[in-house]
Amino acid sequence: MLLFQHTYFQNRYYWSIMLGMAKNSDRRDLFPGALEMMILHSLRLKPMHGYALVKHIQQISDDLLQIEEGSLYPALQRMLREGWLKSEEGISAKGRPTRIYRLTPAGRRRLEQEVSTFETMLAGITRVLAVQKA
Amino acid sequence: MQWLKRLFSRHRRYDDLAISIQEHLDERTDELMEDGLTREEAAQKARREFGNVTVIAERSREAWQWPTLESIWADMRYAFLRLGRSPGFAATVLLTLAIGIGANTAVFSVLNSVLLKPLPYPKSEELVGVWLTAPGAAGLANFAEGLRLSPSMYFTYAEQNRTFQSLGVWIAGTANVTGVAQPEQVHTALISDGVLQTLKVPPAIGRWLSQADQNPHGSRAVMLSFGYWQRRFGGDHSVIGRNITIDAQPWEIVGVMPRGFRMVNADFDVIVPLAFDRNKQILAGFGYHGIARLKPRVTIAQADADITRMLPIWMDSWSNGPGTNPHFYETWRITPAIRPLKQEVIGNVGGVLWIVMGTLGVVVLIACANVANLVLVRTEARQQELAIRAALGAGRARIARDLLTESVLLGLMGGVCGVAVAYEGLRLLVAVGPANLPRLSEISLDARALIFTLVLSLASGLLFGLIPVLKYAGPRTPLALASAGRTASVSRDRHRSRNLLVVAQVAMALVLLVSAGLMIRTFQELRTVDPGFADAEHLQTMRIAIPASLVASPQMVTRIQNNIVDKLAAIPGVTSAGFANAMPMEGIQSDWDEIFIEGKNYAGETSPLRLFKYASPNFFHAAGTTLITGREFTWSEIYDQRPVAIVSENLARELWGTPAAALGKRFREFPSMPWDEVIGVVEDVRDNGVQENAPGIVYWPSMTHNLYGPGMLEAVRAVTFVVRSDRAGTESFIREMQQAVWSVNSSLPLASVRTMQEIYGQSMARTSFTLVMLAIAGVMALVLGIIGIYGVISYAVSQRTREIGIRLALGAEKKTILRMVVGEGLRLAGAGVVVGVVVALLLARLVSAFSRLLYGVRASDPLTFVSVAAALTVVAILACYLPARRAASIDPMRALRTE
Repeated sequence: MLLFQHTYFQNRYYWSIMLGMAKNSDRRDLFPGALEMMILHSLRLKPMHGYALVKHIQQISDDLLQIEEGSLYPALQRMLREGWLKSEEGISAKGRPTRIYRLTPAGRRRLEQEVSTFETMLAGITRVLAVQKA
Repeated sequence: MQWLKRLFSRHRRYDDLAISIQEHLDERTDELMEDGLTREEAAQKARREFGNVTVIAERSREAWQWPTLESIWADMRYAFLRLGRSPGFAATVLLTLAIGIGANTAVFSVLNSVLLKPLPYPKSEELVGVWLTAPGAAGLANFAEGLRLSPSMYFTYAEQNRTFQSLGVWIAGTANVTGVAQPEQVHTALISDGVLQTLKVPPAIGRWLSQADQNPHGSRAVMLSFGYWQRRFGGDHSVIGRNITIDAQPWEIVGVMPRGFRMVNADFDVIVPLAFDRNKQILAGFGYHGIARLKPRVTIAQADADITRMLPIWMDSWSNGPGTNPHFYETWRITPAIRPLKQEVIGNVGGVLWIVMGTLGVVVLIACANVANLVLVRTEARQQELAIRAALGAGRARIARDLLTESVLLGLMGGVCGVAVAYEGLRLLVAVGPANLPRLSEISLDARALIFTLVLSLASGLLFGLIPVLKYAGPRTPLALASAGRTASVSRDRHRSRNLLVVAQVAMALVLLVSAGLMIRTFQELRTVDPGFADAEHLQTMRIAIPASLVASPQMVTRIQNNIVDKLAAIPGVTSAGFANAMPMEGIQSDWDEIFIEGKNYAGETSPLRLFKYASPNFFHAAGTTLITGREFTWSEIYDQRPVAIVSENLARELWGTPAAALGKRFREFPSMPWDEVIGVVEDVRDNGVQENAPGIVYWPSMTHNLYGPGMLEAVRAVTFVVRSDRAGTESFIREMQQAVWSVNSSLPLASVRTMQEIYGQSMARTSFTLVMLAIAGVMALVLGIIGIYGVISYAVSQRTREIGIRLALGAEKKTILRMVVGEGLRLAGAGVVVGVVVALLLARLVSAFSRLLYGVRASDPLTFVSVAAALTVVAILACYLPARRAASIDPMRALRTE
């Protein structure tokens, strides 16, 4: 299964991005790589700090997706380590010091790769689901 | 180096993370407050939503970490902290380990430098010592380790061999250097062509001696050692080409060997060519060390076979003179015994070093047992903490790691201290310099020794760390929590491992003490042996050589020696003086040959070889060698070249039955010679060392026809003078001796000025070195063992305070308590002694079978065993007595009230 990046597959924190509307009942994990893909994509639009990132994904997805902080911060640190992001000192909307995350060229390449992988997978799943009962 | 960069940027990352999370919470709080919550409620809700901040931050930081390492590091910091809080424990353990590990490191360095490291020559594994054995030559076994090479053998082997790259012979000697300040006797290495090519060490400056330099009629060239060049010429490079006067002859200096170069096992000042005259060589003259470099991939067995092939060629090519049978040596059954050169250099010291190493290994084990005891007690104190951790879900491995971290840390720290101890110890050892330890100058703490220390430290740490791990990291019952609480006494089980350790300690200490005891007994036995001379402390010796180039005539040499003896005897406080070619145990090679006694038919039979020595009148009196019957030589007998000789008692008994019967009997060395008459019989002399049997000795006058074969009158030119005086060894006395010698001839240097006691001591050096090392190990073992017993008993007492209090309250007498506690210690010591005696018996038998360390003592010497066992038991009782007295003086009221 090429889709499942093995390094993240092994990571026990990876699986915890939840479908927001079902937060307390019927938990369902997203596939691996989804959180990263959304973070990378969001930061390509505009560098943001952590809380802004959570708000952004929540708003864009109309509260369908809600990122757990327990997953976000470890993921950000991992992505910093991989060199996909860099962090810089910044000021939040309320004028307090915070750290702004910005996409690097390596992050951009990574995003493109992830998106194309995702699209291939989606196409595959769609085709499987499109098969009608004879 | 990515990870290194990461390591250093890490703290900035952590700060960034903390700021991010803080801002996250703050913004959420603000938002909630906008929704109408109070600040407190909002902050609380924000935190609740966020989750466990500490855990999330920790998980985020893990992106930058190597989690296992970090947690080990944390364990280590915790261990350091704990050690810091009990400095007494830490200091005791470190001291114990430092001494144990340090002693081992030091001895390993010696072992490594002496036995394991290759010799300091290029490709030294190809180097061999060419020796022969001659089992058919009776008596030869008394003289050396085998048969050396004669010059004719050298020529044959060097020219006809198929297995050597090069082959040469050499011998150590002395020579007089004059013309610069005071005359000086220097050590020479006399070498044939092939020796330098074999050792392959290029000169520091100048050139090697060449084949042309070996021409007996050619130019005279010498090389200097680095040390002599520095000492005598201040390291001046223009020394090449200059002349130096050796034995009154000018020699041209052509090269200097590099620093640290030794001629196999000999230190030398000057290398002089042997310059054999090929036309004058005979078969005999087996006085030279042969060394050779094997061709690549040639084995020693192949080289031996090659020598065997050449032996008949040698006998066919040379002769011992007209009328002799060159194949006479077939009766000697000469066989080659080539051995690695390293073996020749290190000699028989290997066995001693391995024994010392093994002994100190045992000391480390005892030290580990002690430390294990201390660690056990400490772990017991932590038992509750460990039980709680286990209850909270810490795995067995996690707790084991925690316990082991501390032990390994202690082991490593002990190792570091040990290296310091070893460094100092080695400096001391090299300074004291046991004279018979080969390659002493090469001894150093090298990488291999440091790796050894590291391994030893880790191993000790694991060893004493594993015992508490096995005991406390196991699956715990809830009882563990309970039993640490209020109970009257501790279970037997908790003492068992400590008791076992003590038994092992006592047993090991006993083994070491028995070894030391056996060596002390050996030493005592050796002291009672009559070496064949008396009152060695008051016997001054010195060597003087009169080279033929300085004084040609043997009569003149004898006259000079006679004058020197007279002058020496005239020094105030001197009771007698004389000289001989060598004093016993001096390690100077003597002659040996057959003798044929009058009236015996030797048809086809060979006679054993006898040691030949050459003595002056009054020599035996001066040396303190008892004249059993007859008389000593007189000067007139020597000047008149009378055919007289003196023999040793054992030789007289062997040849003529009794010493008295030997007087007036006659023998000769060669059939063509006149008969020599026995005029005296002297007591046996342990010529090869106190531990060796006294050889049969023939003493000839110092000037004789027999010295270099039939008919050539010659005087022994290099002799040891002996002067008996109460002032022997003092500076003023030596100065007066020097004046006495120089008043006869001012160009004669005095060499090897020392008392007979020093010579005697050096011949016992191996025994005394072993004795001292074993004694040190034994004392260390004893002290550690006592500490072990004391520690265990006194801990047991402290644990049983309440129980003893109850006993006392119920009417037990103090005496009973005392007896009970001492009895407990005694039981442990007794068990240790029994085990130790069995092990020591087996071990001593094994060791004495492989080495000749013991002399005059059986490996199972009852006196040693009984006294050591008794002494150890007494010491154990004393070690128990202190805690026992404390136990007996417990106040029952206070003991019971403390709970």
